[in-house]
Amino acid sequence: MDFSGLINDFGPLTVTGLAQGAIIALFALGYTLVYGVLRLINFAHSEVFLLGTYACLIVWGWFGLDQNSAPPSVGGMLLYMAVGLLAAILVSGLAALTVEVIAYRPLRRRNAPPLAFLITAIGASLFISELVGVATHRNQKGVPPIILAKPVVTIGDTTITNLQILIIVLALVMMFALDRFINGSRLGRGIRAVAQNPDSAALMGVNKSRVIALVFLLGGLMAGIAAVMYDLKIGVTRYDAGFLLGIDAFTAAVLGGIGNLRGALLGGLLLGVLQNYAAGLFGSQWLHAASFVLLVVILLFRPTGLLGESLGRARA
Amino acid sequence: MRQVLARAIGGVAIIGLLAGAAACNSGSSSDDTASEGNCGYKLAFFGALTGSAANLGVNIEQGFELAVEQYNKAKGSECITVAKFDSQGEASVAPGVARSLVADKKIIGIVGPPFSGESEAADPIFEAAGIPTITPSATRTSLSSKGWKVFHRAVANDDAQGPAAAAYIKDNLKAQKVFVADDQSAYGAGLADVVKSKLGALVVATDKTEGDGKQADFSALVQKVQSSGATALFYGGYYTNAGIIRKQLTAAGWKGTLLGGDGMKDPGLSKASGVAAAVGTVVTCPCSPPEAAGGTFVNDYKAKWNQDAGTYSDVAFDAANIFLQGIDAGNTTTTKLNDYLKTVNYKGIANTYKFTETGELDPSFIKVWAFKFDSSGDAKADVEIKTS
Amino acid sequence: MSETASSFRENGGVRGWLGRQPIWVRWLLILAGTVAAFLLPYAEHVPLIGPQIVTEGVDWSSALFEISYYVLLALGLNVVVGYAGLLDLGYVGFFAVGAYGTALLTSPDSILYEDTGWKWLMAVPVALALTMVAGVLLGWPTLRLRGDYLAIVTLGFAEIIRIVATSTTTLRGDRGFASIPHPPGSWGGEPIFGVTDAIPYFWLGLVIIILVILGVRNLDRSRVGRSWLAIREDEEAAEVMGVRTFKYKLWAFAIGAFIGGLGGVLFAGEQSFINSQTFVLQFSILVLAGVVMGGSGNMAGAILGGVLISYIPNRLRGLSVGDTDLYEYRFALFGLAIIVIMVLRPQGLIPSRRRAMELKDREKEVAPQ
Repeated sequence: MDFSGLINDFGPLTVTGLAQGAIIALFALGYTLVYGVLRLINFAHSEVFLLGTYACLIVWGWFGLDQNSAPPSVGGMLLYMAVGLLAAILVSGLAALTVEVIAYRPLRRRNAPPLAFLITAIGASLFISELVGVATHRNQKGVPPIILAKPVVTIGDTTITNLQILIIVLALVMMFALDRFINGSRLGRGIRAVAQNPDSAALMGVNKSRVIALVFLLGGLMAGIAAVMYDLKIGVTRYDAGFLLGIDAFTAAVLGGIGNLRGALLGGLLLGVLQNYAAGLFGSQWLHAASFVLLVVILLFRPTGLLGESLGRARA
Repeated sequence: MRQVLARAIGGVAIIGLLAGAAACNSGSSSDDTASEGNCGYKLAFFGALTGSAANLGVNIEQGFELAVEQYNKAKGSECITVAKFDSQGEASVAPGVARSLVADKKIIGIVGPPFSGESEAADPIFEAAGIPTITPSATRTSLSSKGWKVFHRAVANDDAQGPAAAAYIKDNLKAQKVFVADDQSAYGAGLADVVKSKLGALVVATDKTEGDGKQADFSALVQKVQSSGATALFYGGYYTNAGIIRKQLTAAGWKGTLLGGDGMKDPGLSKASGVAAAVGTVVTCPCSPPEAAGGTFVNDYKAKWNQDAGTYSDVAFDAANIFLQGIDAGNTTTTKLNDYLKTVNYKGIANTYKFTETGELDPSFIKVWAFKFDSSGDAKADVEIKTS
Repeated sequence: MSETASSFRENGGVRGWLGRQPIWVRWLLILAGTVAAFLLPYAEHVPLIGPQIVTEGVDWSSALFEISYYVLLALGLNVVVGYAGLLDLGYVGFFAVGAYGTALLTSPDSILYEDTGWKWLMAVPVALALTMVAGVLLGWPTLRLRGDYLAIVTLGFAEIIRIVATSTTTLRGDRGFASIPHPPGSWGGEPIFGVTDAIPYFWLGLVIIILVILGVRNLDRSRVGRSWLAIREDEEAAEVMGVRTFKYKLWAFAIGAFIGGLGGVLFAGEQSFINSQTFVLQFSILVLAGVVMGGSGNMAGAILGGVLISYIPNRLRGLSVGDTDLYEYRFALFGLAIIVIMVLRPQGLIPSRRRAMELKDREKEVAPQ
């Protein structure tokens, strides 16, 4: 164990951990939203994210950008960010909707047991990631340098880069917007109603199918944003990137209290930071093990996560 | 009625599909006896052709297949047939595939397995069947100490590469502060351990990461490298992780040199990190530069496969030719071919091959080269490292 | 035709027909099925059908052996998921404990070798005891968690086992344990369990499967089985009615772990080399998919599921449509197959009878969309 290393690098590890955590949190929203409404672990959500990481790369490719391109000018950067985000959001959102319509809706029509949903989700996840794997020959794809990381704030020996600030701020903004949407809008009220009691909501005139589709769409949109942030931070994507980060995101969602939006944010940030600390203390190979140990410990004391379950009942 | 009919039609359709698909089963085995001219035998490739480890396997298979094709052309007939066995590079899959290989009695020699893990699982089966193997790339030291008589290795083992990498860091790079990390694979950790012990006090800090496809965020490692003040990072691992690490190091502003073993010698590294970040990355390899390979190999390879020869393509080409020369001389049973390998002294394009008692390459023929990534995005020969 | 077909279905289909036959017919059929299973390695000699069944590019008896330990895993997971209704996403962890237990006690690479260096058979009971302990150790703190929380914790357990196996020197990570001894026995001077022939391993697997089926069947029909049923249907009601839910859940976990460990022990004995690469999370998920796809809560279903998840990918080897090799697409096709099967038969291919009835009830309860 390397305590002195951890203490020396405490600041930088916290900052990079927060940035990673913000991405995890955005990703986790998809799990939490769907779970809150349907009580379903949407395994295929990891592939919704994966498609987002490729979508923006493909669009950037149309502009002639690849991993070897020179960094664009400020105007170019803004343009590329806008189209990249748009592409990722579109593709991820559509992918989430498609999965819901093809894989889950027929099961819901038959009122199938919950396990059946989980298994179709696994099937969909396997199908998408393997197709991407075959199409890309399982090679990694490098990301063009859209935003060059430059230190902008320095506190002691801790520097914070523009990219890290962007990621964290964007995550917080999206989270706030989503929270307002769910708790403040008419459609959001529909979501909360279905989350609380699907049958009564349906009887009260809420269009359940449409609400469920909306929930998948929202999760997909957030995953799309997370995907672009992931591309910029990690710099590389691969056919199994979704599965890998998906486990973290799902863990974060459970950690914060699955079905709880603010819980996903808290869980994501906590997980990102903790993984970095564990890597600093024990070595990078233990970072995932540490997140699971933390999860087990927290669930033992708070069996429904840090902030508790429930989308509908959450501070409505 | 309609339902039943639909079911019946569906059932017939499925059976038809299966039968149709089975009809195009590739690799049908014919049982005609061997003809004259030492022909009618098979050489097999055993290794990963699909899956995440397929890149190295395909490099090797293509070099191997090219050799057989050229031999057949010179003979003017389809003299030796190529048989391919896809192990996916996984130790849990390898035994079943190896058993289907040994069931084909026409196969008298095997090029492979490329990885050490699958070698541990599959080689006992080849040993029991008595089929000689030449691996062009499985470098785990312990493989030659299992008493397998059919085991031959056409490259130096891990013990040769580690000291060479350390020597390069000390003598060529003259780095004073070195950070050593590995991916915990048998290959990567073994290499990193040797480098650590040879560099001694020059190593300022160490870390371990998860393997390929199990980790993508290396920010903790990057931070440790930066705060250690190291000017060189030796990473024992493969190009997949190394590409991400190089990119994240550059993004964080670290300007030192990344070094690694032959597992990182792949254009995939610069495809992930971007060429600008990859330039200057040094990899060692117990192999000669393929550009320096004798004859027309480089051009032939490109003409046939429409891509540049990769790591170990040339060694696989040589390994196939060693077998082919033996078969041509009339060693057409597995026993004779294995005996022939004991005494062979073959000058190939990448090296000269002579095997010791345990199947290792004769120490006097071992060469280790350093390769450096340049602006083409590929690793080009830098210097030959003197290991003695 | 339609009349006979529909009345056949109404009378319970094949299973209903089987139930109406005299006992000796049933026994005869079971016996015939068992013999047929033992003769599977020779399937390629059956004209016409045989060549369609056997695998290409991977030895057929090895593929059968693989099926046998997948079936074992499916049977074990069926106890946990199908009978007790506990969602376990990390079942491969127990498989790993069984395999590693065997390796630690027998392989010359193990640090215990000086003290133990046992034969395979001696290591089996210890390794199995170890997996049961692992099952209890995991279950004790976590079984208080409900449904999906249990799922993520078990998933974490499997990942922790994989990471520990990868990262600790005692478990040798990727270097692995070599020269794990094979099961004992010799026939005419030759060892029965050699390296080139996988048929004996398949037969051994089959025998173990049959024993496991008999054991689980007895448990299911006992007090334990009825308690599991009660827990699965309504845990609170069961608790109120005096079923000690925690105890029986723990039982399910331990028995599931034991069967998974059996698979691991068998795997180690055949492979004779194991390393941390085998025990990945995707493996657990695959087995779970098999159980539910086959029909969770029903042993015949679990067996079918176990067969499918191992057989389909292997069978796709060497198949091609046009110029495309289907093998590269095997998992994509497999994913598609999972979706199709689950959408068409949410209760699984061979559902448990009770489950099928429940599902029919549920279908009637569909709320307005």
